[in-house]
Amino acid sequence: MDRRGFFRNASVLLAAATLPAWARAEAPRLLVLIELRGGNDGLNTVVPVDDGLYFDLRPRLALKPDVVLRWHGAPAVHPSLAALEALWQAGEMAILAGVGYPAPNLSHFRSIEIWDTASDSHQYLQSGWLSRAVQGQAAFARLSADGVVIGAADLGPLAGGARAVAVNDPARFARQSRLASIENVPARGAMAHLLRVEGDIVRAGAAIRRDVTFKTEFPRGPVGIAVQHAAGIAATGSVPVLRLTLPGFDTHQNQSPVHATLLRLFAEGVAALRSALIELGVWDRTLVLSYSEFGRRPRENQSGGTDHGTAGTLFAFGPAVRGGIHGESPPLRSLDADGNLRHTTDFRRVYATVLEQWWHLPSDLVLQRRYEPLNFIG
Amino acid sequence: MALLRWFLIGMLSLHAAAFATEQPLGPQKARWLLTRAGFAPSDAEAAEYSTLTHRSAVDRLLAGARTTALAPAPLWIDERLVPPREFRAMSDEQRRVQLQKQIRMGLELRGWWLREMVATPSPLTERMTLFWHNHFVSAQPKVRYAQLMYRQNVLLRQHALGRFDELLHAAAKDPAMLIYLDAVTSRRGSPNENFAREVMELFTLGEGNYGEQDVKEAARAFTGWSIDPAAGTYVFRRLLHDGGAKTVLGRSGRFDGDAVLDILLAQPSTAEFIVGKLWREFVSPEPDGARVRSIAIQFRIGGWHIDGVVRALLMQPEVIERNDDNALVKSPVDLVAGLVRQSGGELTAPVPAAVALAGMGQNLFSPPNVRGWAGGVAWINTQTLLARKQFLDRALTGTSAGPAEAMATTVAEPAASADGLRRRLQALEQVRSARVDSVAWLASVGLAPERIASPDARARLEQALLVVAPSAPAREGALGLDTLRAVLLGPAYQLK
Repeated sequence: MDRRGFFRNASVLLAAATLPAWARAEAPRLLVLIELRGGNDGLNTVVPVDDGLYFDLRPRLALKPDVVLRWHGAPAVHPSLAALEALWQAGEMAILAGVGYPAPNLSHFRSIEIWDTASDSHQYLQSGWLSRAVQGQAAFARLSADGVVIGAADLGPLAGGARAVAVNDPARFARQSRLASIENVPARGAMAHLLRVEGDIVRAGAAIRRDVTFKTEFPRGPVGIAVQHAAGIAATGSVPVLRLTLPGFDTHQNQSPVHATLLRLFAEGVAALRSALIELGVWDRTLVLSYSEFGRRPRENQSGGTDHGTAGTLFAFGPAVRGGIHGESPPLRSLDADGNLRHTTDFRRVYATVLEQWWHLPSDLVLQRRYEPLNFIG
Repeated sequence: MALLRWFLIGMLSLHAAAFATEQPLGPQKARWLLTRAGFAPSDAEAAEYSTLTHRSAVDRLLAGARTTALAPAPLWIDERLVPPREFRAMSDEQRRVQLQKQIRMGLELRGWWLREMVATPSPLTERMTLFWHNHFVSAQPKVRYAQLMYRQNVLLRQHALGRFDELLHAAAKDPAMLIYLDAVTSRRGSPNENFAREVMELFTLGEGNYGEQDVKEAARAFTGWSIDPAAGTYVFRRLLHDGGAKTVLGRSGRFDGDAVLDILLAQPSTAEFIVGKLWREFVSPEPDGARVRSIAIQFRIGGWHIDGVVRALLMQPEVIERNDDNALVKSPVDLVAGLVRQSGGELTAPVPAAVALAGMGQNLFSPPNVRGWAGGVAWINTQTLLARKQFLDRALTGTSAGPAEAMATTVAEPAASADGLRRRLQALEQVRSARVDSVAWLASVGLAPERIASPDARARLEQALLVVAPSAPAREGALGLDTLRAVLLGPAYQLK
């Protein structure tokens, strides 16, 4: 062992003495983010069928009381979410209502940037919230990579610092990674970025591949393939964060059939992920969190769709999740000046919950100030 | 040793900068200028420009600009559009065939443009057409009709170096744009805000230079802008237009869409936003505020001449200097078109090459969202960097491109399922779609594929292909072909 290697190992060993209990275990606590890209229509996901205003605002798009699902103790949900019933019954599904932020921005790019960087509405931050969270944390540093992004090229909350890789197919990625190399030379600007990416490729390529044969049946199509890859990477125990992206939620036109398909793929994907991770024995240390850049406007538009809105509905899944509804749904009778929902829960409280309750990490530096965690874990 | 040489070259070029406008460029600076203005040039192109001064080289580049493409247009561009109503009335089987036809046409369209970029005598024209495609974004997955994407491309090329005010008005009424940003479903009483928002945020003012109320009022002004679904042409539907008074950016009146565009053009932030974006395209990653503002003022009061802005930007000293700070990341198109042009190689299979571009993060005619490709270091992540290296590796050492065209045609046949089609596309991405003539390329710097590369010859190769020092030291005793491969696959080749 060379000198540098020795000191690195020694410092990891020293740090291990101060790690949270979970982090001393062989494999990390896993966070799986599912991004519903385009702005998911929260009102047609968890449906306020008992509010007459809902039907006034949505003469064409409202889901009728006789088609929504009503599981025991649950609010009415879109019929396409049927595959999630088992999670709800097991107490492994939390609904986080009315999540947003003050002075909402209705642009896709700006709003997802706000979510990804955990910034204020008028503040521009360079790094993703998970990049800030993993930096300097011994619990993550000993793993081969900080995160893997599946199904999108942008690294989102892992951008700007984390050792993250964007992967479509782990086996292919491992083969390809031999084209990269690790060079330790000083560089600035774009060259420094290139050298860092080369190193990330080499290290991640070696770690994230494992051939697993699942009994679980995954949904057909790209969502099912992405979920299967996520499960395979989870099996290696080499990464603490996975993010899946489901595109297509920007339903300005002809929303009903499109949204029904998207939600069905989402629900079947989550159910398949759970089943696969149970097979692997990984589900016990997994937290799944869905999010979207915004919800959609309560009043439907003339194209059979909905325009960009504000607060949305998030889901958290996992054995550690406290099942049920958390937070208040924003009332339809007091919309803001643009006719949008007023959020009731700041999205950074969701992140604070993940950081503090799931990973037992301090959240105030990552989120710039202390946000009170919610009660959906524990 | 190599580092010292690079340092000395850098010092000399700094010293020379003061005389740059009067001195001939020489081959190195000519190569850098041509790469920034278009794509990496062949030795012959670089030699042609090397005897010119910086100014006369820029003059020649602009004088050679085109307004039309040379490559023959795809055969289907005038084919009748199937209106949405007719499409919805089709049987499932008819729809499947129709969708696959759209995909095939879309692939041919991508191949057509890439071929134009590789073959054009005016790479600047294609760079600017691509710039506007990434500015006035429309994407085929939403627009659907390849015919309309083609017509938009023709429009963007026609105005590429013309007047920005004319381009803005024309692009705003372009049928593909109207579909992409939902203008076609916007009407009096319930305007769709998508187009109004993006025209302010992304096409003119930039984020932070307008308010939500401006978006709402402007959206009313754009009501009535629509298309004839069968002809695919712009029509104004008076009955759907909101003719009432609006207030946009502090000005009030019974504005229509064109009047709102003129209000946006009158805002100083519009010219600065466009010039800043063009600066990052041509000059360096970080725009110089003072120089951008002075070019922007000229742009706005001088009649919105895009070629004037491009001239001013190409004359910036950074364009013919290179260091870690002003190096730009090659876009995937830069990489592919540049490799073929620079090596005297061949684009053997344009459609698979366009599919490979998509794998590198630049799916032509299909930017990821209305903001377009972010560019810069965002081009490079673990996935896209690997896709680039694979493409380069195949172009240099891959086997014959024979099956490529055959596979390209199988895409044209209806696939049994979406998965089947995806597998075909994945296979296409793996095809060798460009070919580098390594023998000729190596010979130009005195190397041969199977002969050991001398340190001097390797240095010449690096100087011709790289703009910053390579990260890995030369391997002693490496053969010519391995040396070329190491240079192409190293990180420095991704910069321009």
